[in-house]
Formats: sequence, structure tokens, C-alpha cells
Amino acid sequence: MEHALSLFVRSIFVDNMIFAFFLGMCSYLAVSKNVKTSVGLGIAVTFVLLITLPVNYLLETKVLSKGALAWLGEGFADLDLSYLSFILFIAVIAAIVQLVEMVVEKFSPTLYASLGIFLPLIAVNCAIMGGALFMQQRVGLEPTDPKALTNMLDVVAYALGSGLGWMLAIVGLAAVREKMEYNDVPAPLKGLGITFITVGLMAMAFLCFSGLEI
Amino acid sequence: MKSDKFKETLLGPLNKNNPVVVQVLGICSALAVTVQLKPALVMGLSVTIIVALANVIISLLRNTIPNSVRIIVQLVVVAAVVTVVSEILKAFAYDVSVQLSVYIGLIITNCILMGRLEAFAMSNKPLDSLLDGLGNGIGYAWILIVVAFFRELLGSGKLFGFQIIPESFYEAGYVNNGLMMMPSMALILVACIIWVHRYINKDLQEK
Repeated sequence: MEHALSLFVRSIFVDNMIFAFFLGMCSYLAVSKNVKTSVGLGIAVTFVLLITLPVNYLLETKVLSKGALAWLGEGFADLDLSYLSFILFIAVIAAIVQLVEMVVEKFSPTLYASLGIFLPLIAVNCAIMGGALFMQQRVGLEPTDPKALTNMLDVVAYALGSGLGWMLAIVGLAAVREKMEYNDVPAPLKGLGITFITVGLMAMAFLCFSGLEI
Repeated sequence: MKSDKFKETLLGPLNKNNPVVVQVLGICSALAVTVQLKPALVMGLSVTIIVALANVIISLLRNTIPNSVRIIVQLVVVAAVVTVVSEILKAFAYDVSVQLSVYIGLIITNCILMGRLEAFAMSNKPLDSLLDGLGNGIGYAWILIVVAFFRELLGSGKLFGFQIIPESFYEAGYVNNGLMMMPSMALILVACIIWVHRYINKDLQEK
């Protein structure tokens, strides 16, 4: 339980998807023009991470990694399917995004309207795939490592933390950009350039958290 | 006439239509692998090969893919090509593939790929698509190499792992800029590239 809590806090502040690994940068830069839409995208990313990461975790530990298929019988005990992981992870993500989209549309039209166009785009958001690949790396770590994911609870905590960290980053940037509309920026830096510098400064601020011992 | 068009498809992405600084695609990996020149070079090369191959494959299939499932088909094709490249890297350049860690897998969701497949390969002939893929890959690679050059030179005084800044400089009180190794400086360096690029190409400036 303690370990899960520390993973949760670490993944928001220390291992922030945007500021430490630059994952999901494309949509991060494109959709952060105002706070309202960025909140929508943040929620959608958190939601999809929360669903796909546990599924991919099961896939990794029960099917893909070396010896994971032992539950099928003796003959499968030393099979190593890890070279299939890219294809399977992305297929799972694309399929679940499609499924989530249909379920949300059926049962909660209001949520569907607010997430709208973002849901299908999330399949190709690197934060989701990145989460799955980092999970694959972290499953192999020693259980005493602060980054290790040892059971389902850890994975859920990691998924929730990463999603919230991403959301925190995009909402923060959107708020800054809304204010920046009124500033006098040098012409070649307008738009994209100044946004990069803003993100750079925000990342620098987030560096302070890296000394955090949890 | 025809060769003009080929030239435009191949060379346009290097400057006026650069995937990173103009189309804003593939930023994630561009920033993350640029601490040193070697991984940046390998990454640029891998992406170039993957975009070109995936572009050709999708372009050959473009008339047979039903519109409603095209994203999944594209993702599967890309994932297959990326898996091959990743296995080759593991076999022949193991230490670089460890350094690149998850970012090789993330080429699958690299927006350059999906962007080029959607915008170009789905509606153009294989040869054009090959040139477009090569052009965009190289356009992406040169940004990576410029960023990595400055980060490695200023951050650790090396290029490709060889010491460039002489020992006497350090004795005279020169210190490596540790901040260059941090993620935030990559963003600011890209911003500087955008600044110079848009200063030269005035028509790209945003209002």
C-alpha cells in the first residue's frame, strides 16, 4: 500500500510524463490553447491510461514475458514472446480506445460530448504507449526498487499518477498561454517558439521535485 | 516538370515544411534522445527508414484499405516495421538500443509517422511516398542532430563520446553546463532553432 502511494506521488511530480520524458508532446502543444479543452483532454488521457495499463500489465505478465505462459502447461514454460509486445500493446490500446468511445457514447452522452474528438486521437498519443512500455521495463525491476511495479495495485496507482501528472502539465500550460495572449513576444518566437520556452521553464521548475525522497 | 515535383517532395521537409519545427510532429522523441549525438543519430536514421518503409507499404495498400479501419491498419504496419528495426538494433547496436530504451517502441506512436501516412501516403503513389518519407525522416534527423550537438558539447564537453574541449580549459576554470543534460534545455534549444528558422523564413511567422 505504501509502495503504491509513493509510486502515485512519484509519477505525478518526479517522473512526470511531460516534463521528465516528453511523452504526449504533440497533443500537449496542439490542444493547450485554452484551459477548458485541455481539462477535457487531460481527463480523457487519465481515463484511457487507467484502463489500458492494467490490461497491458496482465498481457505482459501472463503472456509476453519469458516463462509467462507457464500456466498453460509444461511445454510453454520457456517461451519468450516479448518481441510481439509492440504490436500487441498498440492493438490493445487502439481496440480499447474504440471500445471506450462506444461505451461512453452509449451510456453518457454528456461525457462523450465533452471528450468529443479527443478520444479517438488518444490511440496515437505517446503518453499511453509510453506508459505501457515503461510498465514493461518496471515489471522487471527488483521489488525493493522505488520504481518497481509488483502487483495490480501498483500498476493502477502508476497509471492514475501518470495521467494526473499529464493533466496537471497541460492545464498549467494552457493557463499560462491564455495569459500570454496579451504579451509582446518577438515576431519569430510567436506561437510555437514561446510555447517551447514556457514548457522548458515549467520543466525546470519541476526539476526541483527530483530531489523528493518518498 | 516531374523531377521538380520529386525535388519538392524530397527537399521541402528539410526546410520550409520541416516536420519538427513547422508541422510540430514527433516532438516527444526529438527531445528525449538528444543528450548525446550517437543515440540522436541512430534515432534519426531509424525514423527515416521506418517512415520511408511504412509510407511505401501504406501507399501500395492505399486502394484496398477500407476507410473505417485505416488507423488500425496503419498502426499495425508501423508496429511491424518498428519491431523489425528494434530487433536489428538489439542485435547490432545493443548499447545504443539500451540508451534509447522505450523511445524506439514509441516510434510507433510518433506523430510524424501517422501524420505522413494520413496526409501523404494514403493519397499518393509509392515512389512519391518513398521520397516524402525520406525527406521527412531527414528533416527530423537534422533537428535532432543540431540539438544533440549543442547538448553534448556544452553539457559534457564531448562529441560522439570523444573529449572536444581541451583539459587546459577546465584547468582555467571552465565548467560543463550541467543544465544542458536536463530535459528542460532541450525544449529551449528547439525554441532557439525555431527562432532562427522563422527569422530566416519570415512567411512562417505566426500573427
